[in-house]
Amino acid sequence: MELFEHTISQLHEQLKKRQISSLDITESLLKRIDQLDGILHTYITITPEGARKQAKEADQRVGTGQISPLTGIPLAVKDNISIVNTPTTCGSRILKNYIPPYDATVIQILRKEGAVFLGKTNMDEFAMGSSTENSFIGPTRNPWNRDYVAGGSSGGSATAVTASLCIAALGSDTGGSIRQPASHCGVVGLKPTYGLVSRFGLVAFASSLDQIGPITKDVRDCAMLLQAICGFDQHDSTSINTSVPHYMANLNKGIKGLKVGIPKEYFIEGTDKEVIETVESAIASLGSQGAELIHVSLPHTEYAIATYYIIAPSEASSNLARYDGVRYGLRSEDTDDLESMYTMTRAQGFGPEVMRRIMLGTYALSKGYYDAFFKKASQVRTLMINDFRQAFSKCHVLVTPVAPTPAFKIGEKIDDPLTMYLSDIFTVSPSLAGIPCISVPYGMSSNGLPIGVQIMGNYFDELTLIQAANVLEKTSDTSHHRPPF
Amino acid sequence: MKIPLQEGEYIARLARLKLTEDELLLFTKQLNTVLDYMEKLNKVDTSGIKPTSHALHIKNALREDIVEGSLKKEEAMGNAPQKDGNFFLVPKVI
Repeated sequence: MELFEHTISQLHEQLKKRQISSLDITESLLKRIDQLDGILHTYITITPEGARKQAKEADQRVGTGQISPLTGIPLAVKDNISIVNTPTTCGSRILKNYIPPYDATVIQILRKEGAVFLGKTNMDEFAMGSSTENSFIGPTRNPWNRDYVAGGSSGGSATAVTASLCIAALGSDTGGSIRQPASHCGVVGLKPTYGLVSRFGLVAFASSLDQIGPITKDVRDCAMLLQAICGFDQHDSTSINTSVPHYMANLNKGIKGLKVGIPKEYFIEGTDKEVIETVESAIASLGSQGAELIHVSLPHTEYAIATYYIIAPSEASSNLARYDGVRYGLRSEDTDDLESMYTMTRAQGFGPEVMRRIMLGTYALSKGYYDAFFKKASQVRTLMINDFRQAFSKCHVLVTPVAPTPAFKIGEKIDDPLTMYLSDIFTVSPSLAGIPCISVPYGMSSNGLPIGVQIMGNYFDELTLIQAANVLEKTSDTSHHRPPF
Repeated sequence: MKIPLQEGEYIARLARLKLTEDELLLFTKQLNTVLDYMEKLNKVDTSGIKPTSHALHIKNALREDIVEGSLKKEEAMGNAPQKDGNFFLVPKVI
């Protein structure tokens, strides 16, 4: 087994015993990136020099006995998370030359732990998309079949983990952007409770929804990475000061007495048969291992897409007003007055999906339409949250599909925005409610593409998600399958 | 069509986007498709329901009033497309 194939926990053990060095792991990955990145389009920026330097520092640290779980572990970071002096483009032409003068809080934490940063991963522009096709460098390819999308928007991070172009990665999730690519690529992805992980230094898309989370090869690694990055941060006014359990120590506690809710609105016509079968077999497996299965209802689920695609673009249209060519980012050279400098800069810098969403959000917030769209959606959001509260009064977790189909073909949906939006049907509701969810690989489609299962939990109950996902992972025949590279 | 073409133009102006005629046509058409879909929200009775702006009830986030370090001017202005000393340069306004 090559070093790049290992998990965080495996490498941590070997580093601790000084059987290997962080520099060995890093070199192994840099070589792998060199071979495969040109085919998969996983990274936007690769930082080999920085990575080698951090690896050497980590090795020195290990030498003095100061090792923590992420020390010396090479990670990939989605390109909307700021790393000081490293280009952070958000997959957008408008930020092509932007270099942040500071680290995001999650990066500061991982730096203190002695982690190694290999580079910044490809994504849909400003995280708007479900396929990583909306990136100015072009689409990321699914390692299982390069004609298919990797999912999105964290498609680069999911692919990097799947094809072992990093050991683990950070993604961000606004309406499914960690869970859906994790499912399409066959790796583990967790969206934490809104407020558990600091967003300071994450470039804003929709501020009431955005969360940073881990994408990893297995559930154990997910627990390790989440443990490291979570916690209160006074630089993020939406950060919540709450006590966090020890995920690793409780990982193998099992699921005896766990009440698993099955929401009927998530098993609907139009969902791929193999996806339904995979989720049903996961539910049966939980049942056979001591969980109690309960049928529940989330009656407002059918309004989730409409609600999400009003709220998220509205927030985006406001957040993206900052790209005006004045303080950072692209500035159009073709103008001589201020107004046209703004309008030309934005038209030249943004891709079509971002412009579409800015238009949609601008419309939904504009005079005369605010009540009919934004306010209405915000009220339906309240009803959706009430649905979840009701469901969680009867069960501990909900088990559902992640996406209605396995990965689709590159180009298949890109010209039809509404069809693309509808593929987010199972991931946007928990985002609107702010609850945590995990996607864990559980099956393969007949054409060889991974299928994940989504587990949703109550606020700040990531531990139960991790425990249930850990049980599922152990009973799946396919959860450790890797693409043939 | 909810949004006629002139209104598409108006929205693009509000959003400070200089669209080509083709883009304007395409985006307006696509916006109409999406907005038609959103009509379904009108089926939901929301009378008396408070809107949610944040899923968790976060009150004012306050911290101790202690001076901390901040970015140096050169760092804060390091990405400026055009600058003059401590100023961002923009095209002539008046």
